[in-house]
Amino acid sequence: MSGMFVHNLRLGAASLRRNVLLTALMIMSIGFGVAASMVTFAVFRAVSGDPIPQKSSRLFVPLIDNRGPQYNRHGEPPSALNYVDAMALMRAHKAARQTMLFPVGLSVMPDDPHRMPFKAVGYATYSDFFAMFDVPFLYGNGWGGEQDDARAPVIVISRALNQKLFGGSNSVGRQITLDDRQYRIVGVTDTWDPKPRFFDIFNGNLYADPSQIYIPFTYAMTQHIDTYGSNNCGSDGKRGDSWDSWLQGECVWISPWVELDDAAQVQAYRQFLDGYAREQRDAGRFNWAPNNRLRDVREWLDFQHAVPPESRISLSLALGFLVICLVNTIGLLLAKFMRRAPEIGVRRALGASRADIYRQFLAEAAMVGLAGGALGLVLTAMGMLGLGLVFEPQIARLAQLDASLVLLTLLVAIVATVLAAFYPTWRAAQVQPAWQLKSN
Amino acid sequence: MLKMTHLSKVYRTEVVETYALRDFNINVNEGEFVAVTGPSGSGKTTFLTIAGLLETFTGGQYHLDGVEVSNLNDNERSRIRNEKIGFIFQAFNLIPDLNVFDNVEVPLRYRGMKAPERKQRIMDALERVGLASRAKHYPAELSGGQQQRVAIARALAGSPRLLLADEPTGNLDTQMARGVMELLEEIHREGATIVMVTHDPELAARAQRNVHIIDGQVVDLAEDPRFHHAVHAARANSPA
Repeated sequence: MSGMFVHNLRLGAASLRRNVLLTALMIMSIGFGVAASMVTFAVFRAVSGDPIPQKSSRLFVPLIDNRGPQYNRHGEPPSALNYVDAMALMRAHKAARQTMLFPVGLSVMPDDPHRMPFKAVGYATYSDFFAMFDVPFLYGNGWGGEQDDARAPVIVISRALNQKLFGGSNSVGRQITLDDRQYRIVGVTDTWDPKPRFFDIFNGNLYADPSQIYIPFTYAMTQHIDTYGSNNCGSDGKRGDSWDSWLQGECVWISPWVELDDAAQVQAYRQFLDGYAREQRDAGRFNWAPNNRLRDVREWLDFQHAVPPESRISLSLALGFLVICLVNTIGLLLAKFMRRAPEIGVRRALGASRADIYRQFLAEAAMVGLAGGALGLVLTAMGMLGLGLVFEPQIARLAQLDASLVLLTLLVAIVATVLAAFYPTWRAAQVQPAWQLKSN
Repeated sequence: MLKMTHLSKVYRTEVVETYALRDFNINVNEGEFVAVTGPSGSGKTTFLTIAGLLETFTGGQYHLDGVEVSNLNDNERSRIRNEKIGFIFQAFNLIPDLNVFDNVEVPLRYRGMKAPERKQRIMDALERVGLASRAKHYPAELSGGQQQRVAIARALAGSPRLLLADEPTGNLDTQMARGVMELLEEIHREGATIVMVTHDPELAARAQRNVHIIDGQVVDLAEDPRFHHAVHAARANSPA
């Protein structure tokens, strides 16, 4: 059977040379349809993929309604926490791991006085951050819980910043000056830039440049380092005019994350959040029923519409285009196959069953699909270069023609063409040998 | 070998029923060379396509090599066509994109035969028809007579029990036709059963037996006096 399969593929390859115009039209039709789909799919895949698949079901965003129903949109609590609630969750320590984070932007003062200071952007966070998000390290490690407690001036820098400042050498233990404060480097992350940046959706940094620095949240508080991102103080909220009023106010600006390992822990954490909200109500801070949320990474991305709508629309349009191309291919295949009715009649007379005809012509369609896929690959590669015309540059550059996309392009081309070939092949298999031979 | 009893074939449209064969009876024994003759439209080719399992029939019975074929499904009919029947067509019906070797190989492929055996049979069959040296040629590079010899090689390669030939010399000039006919006679002498449809009295005269069809029924050759005389005259002139 496999011998016959190979024989059918050989016949199919040979038939590409027959009716060259028809074949070329089919290959172009499939090539353009597949390329349009693959280019837009590459973008869609880049922006809609799971940024941390190994843990996305165990990492949760806990949100607490500190505004009340009259200020909420669609009854949803704010998308971040204020300082009071963030600290309450950290103190309670009810999850296996937990962290809070907010963006920081600090000026790096190079040791060499001839070099200009430059801005480094990153996060103030807790020690659990690195283990929770599986941050890879090139040198050293994240800081520990005791350094959180000690509000220590330590820092983790990115591989790129380490390259820039230290030429890529192991900089652990060295000092670095940011905004006139000295930090001791405890770790250098390896390349790490999850897309979308799920842990900081609140600030809209989904496709921003990779983070360069991480400093302890607690140290940032002692130094009054303000957020480099957004805050949301509600329609009547006030930011306050002092650091303490900022921290004690109801403005939200801190992204909270907890790691919960199983359904029981999730359930227990929900109860803890509700219990906390009830306490706040009893204390007179909230005058509404508990309105909390606990979403894992996928739910959080969905809820925040992290996938840009234009990528979804363009993917739908491209798939529609592919369908039109395939309908066109059905017609072309039908013409190509039915021209060979005499050959089909002869083959049937010589012992080919209908199933044999199906196999032969589907294999031929697969070869057309393969050729269309090859053209599709070339067009996909060209399409990637033109993505910036349709999408934001930071989104366009995410799309990559990698091995998996190459395989997918060929697979889609072959499978789609074989599916398109079912009707023409069915028609071919219906050819009555007697009539064909009589008419000769 | 081939036995049809009260067989009928009706083509139906919404307004009319046309009998291509009616109460058709024929019995061909193993090793016979039978010429089926008759005027155009008499039902000769319909008989041949039914005999070759290329078409179903409407009523009656058809036993091929002892098997009643009316209830066979497509796969079974295809298998019998492949294993027991060899076809020789007026228009040769070679596949133009395949060379001579590959054309002869087609029925053997469907039989699932291993490559060494296929090659042996193909070369034997091409030797048999005197075209082994043309194995790599394409049909368009051969004369009509050579193409028909390739078609005969294709029919012979599978060692069929029954050869069905439809006007095998109809598209050939006299000299080529003679060569093809001599080849068929030789194949018959070696033991093959051949049923040949023709309207040519000279060819019919060279078969062992004539079955004459008029209006879809087997009739006595005497009912078609002009053809009857032509056959007799051809036999009288035959060197054998």
